[in-house]
Amino acid sequence: MQAFTTVIGRAVPLMRANIDTDVIIRIERLTAGEPSALGTYAFEAWRYLPDGAENPDFTPNQPKYRGAPILIAGRNFGCGSSREGAVLALQGMGLRCVIAESFGDIFFGNCFQNGMLPIRLPEENIQTLVAETNASETPCTVDLKLLTITTPSGRTMPFTTDPQRREALLEGLDDIGLTLKYEADITKWQTQDRVARPWVWLPT
Amino acid sequence: MQRTLIDKIWDAHIVRDLGDGWVLLHIDRILLHDLSGPGALQDVKARGLKVRNRELVIATPDHAVSSAPGRTGETFAQGARLWAGLKTFSHEAGIRLFDLGEDGQGIVHVMGPELGLVLPGTTLICGDSHTCTNGGLGALAFGVGTSESVHALATQTMRQRKPKRMRIRIDGELGHGVSAKDVILHVIGVLGTAAGVEHAIEYSGSTIRSMPIEGRLTICNLSVELGAKSGLIAPDDTTFEYIAGRQFAPEGAMFDAAVKHWRTLVSDDDAKFDREVAIDARAIAPTITWGTSPQHAIAIDGRIPDLASEATSAGRESLVAALDYMGLQPGQPIAGTKIDWVFIGSCTNSRISDLRDAAAIARNRHVADNVTAWVVPGSLRVKRQAEAEGLDRVFIDAGFEWREPGCSMCVAANGERVPPGARAVSTTNRNFVGRQGPRARTHLASPAMAVAAAISGSISDVRRI
Repeated sequence: MQAFTTVIGRAVPLMRANIDTDVIIRIERLTAGEPSALGTYAFEAWRYLPDGAENPDFTPNQPKYRGAPILIAGRNFGCGSSREGAVLALQGMGLRCVIAESFGDIFFGNCFQNGMLPIRLPEENIQTLVAETNASETPCTVDLKLLTITTPSGRTMPFTTDPQRREALLEGLDDIGLTLKYEADITKWQTQDRVARPWVWLPT
Repeated sequence: MQRTLIDKIWDAHIVRDLGDGWVLLHIDRILLHDLSGPGALQDVKARGLKVRNRELVIATPDHAVSSAPGRTGETFAQGARLWAGLKTFSHEAGIRLFDLGEDGQGIVHVMGPELGLVLPGTTLICGDSHTCTNGGLGALAFGVGTSESVHALATQTMRQRKPKRMRIRIDGELGHGVSAKDVILHVIGVLGTAAGVEHAIEYSGSTIRSMPIEGRLTICNLSVELGAKSGLIAPDDTTFEYIAGRQFAPEGAMFDAAVKHWRTLVSDDDAKFDREVAIDARAIAPTITWGTSPQHAIAIDGRIPDLASEATSAGRESLVAALDYMGLQPGQPIAGTKIDWVFIGSCTNSRISDLRDAAAIARNRHVADNVTAWVVPGSLRVKRQAEAEGLDRVFIDAGFEWREPGCSMCVAANGERVPPGARAVSTTNRNFVGRQGPRARTHLASPAMAVAAAISGSISDVRRI
């Protein structure tokens, strides 16, 4: 997994609430099986006009936000499906960090599996951040080591991240490798469970 | 210490405490489907790992396969690779696969309970957000992404933090024409789609207790539309009767021992929940969504909200965006809105009781000329049962298409879409922008309400049919 330490760049606001995974990436783009192409299709219903041209009203299409690595979104961002392609599509657009008041639970977990940092911030901080990024060309800095966001005006906003997830992101750690060390615990639990709940254990 | 049902299942599955509130949680069942399954199995292999407990893994194709009569895994060409991948990798790993045309195949959250593979008190994951459906049998079930599926396949565990606990008590008798679907749409309309974020939800109360299992599966199915990864209902005699005799359910003395254990799976009287909500079921009317979020749910005799109902400019902006997408005017009654399509199916409402409800309205009536209407049964067993009861004839005679089991137009991963700009009443779970196809307009409702709309050609109150 790609490690995440610091990201510096523009933050693009997309302040609608309940932006769902289906809008982030359509399911048919996932059946096509080209993960590297997903970025092109992120937000396609909003990003492109029916004739395929870019929709100038879609904020991330504006020249000053192109390639922005940070997205500021309305609450409950990433609600809906479990598709991990939603995270990959955002990454394909160049995003590394999403800031919102709240997130869909499955999407939130999927971010950490793919080196994307989701940050929960109180609404008033989000309002400040949006106002500053709208008014200034100066980039923001998201520092996962310091757990701070530095806004365009130089103001520092602290944020929190689960300590284990933070460590895994900073180090780019692989969960599976860590869990495999507990093989003996898993075997022990299963041996006891086969006795306690034999009905759970289907024949091989 | 008084514990909730969620705590009891959680605590019993802790393999190891990982600190900071994290645990290694044993996973009793892993369900795989053609969309996320092949990638997960391929990744396990690419990492040089093995599927740790293949007997606890179950696979079936449902998402990207055609539902056309006479279909094969290649009828939808873009999904052929996924279907073949699921077969190949499942075979290599020795995983039970219920393939197209084989007894047991179906939408993963329909076939699992139906075969007795889902049991009370088990932990269950699937690379699909509607995995919460399986909580209707008292399982702690949640959707995961592909990376977490790989972890579970390789280790039969997941690294998890315990969710907060929420209880939704629903009491009172349901009125005429009101089903489990109406109940849960009403709940989402009242509480909103973020109410359950970071929580697991236990549903309780007299309405739930008197509800058959298939209704409970429908209730739990929409937990994720409340923002919760899991929703569940304490098992009771209704649950045990449902499970008894199913293909993979325990039998004889083992069944009795299981029931004895399952009876302990209830929240203690004084157990503490992080959030509690009470809903009066008597106040629920047949319910339908008007907009692009499941929380845009209103009673069938209600009106589309007007702009004054939103206090903030952001709220008004998203209301306008939803109205614009749906081609609707604020403040208008929802009933009478002309429709083009009806879809009956999905892991929400494609079980035999759903098809019976739908057929009861469709019998001796006919779909309106301007409407295309499909019925996609949830599994091959549901399809065969419906055919044995003559329900297929009822639908066909009424002008519905009778199709093969799968997710079909609910998620439109198999090329089956509501056409751009067309308006559909669907028994599914999501009315998101583009969910049933680019620019498709979806209204979520119960099977009976979907048939009422199909027959009258417009959104209609099933109680007046």
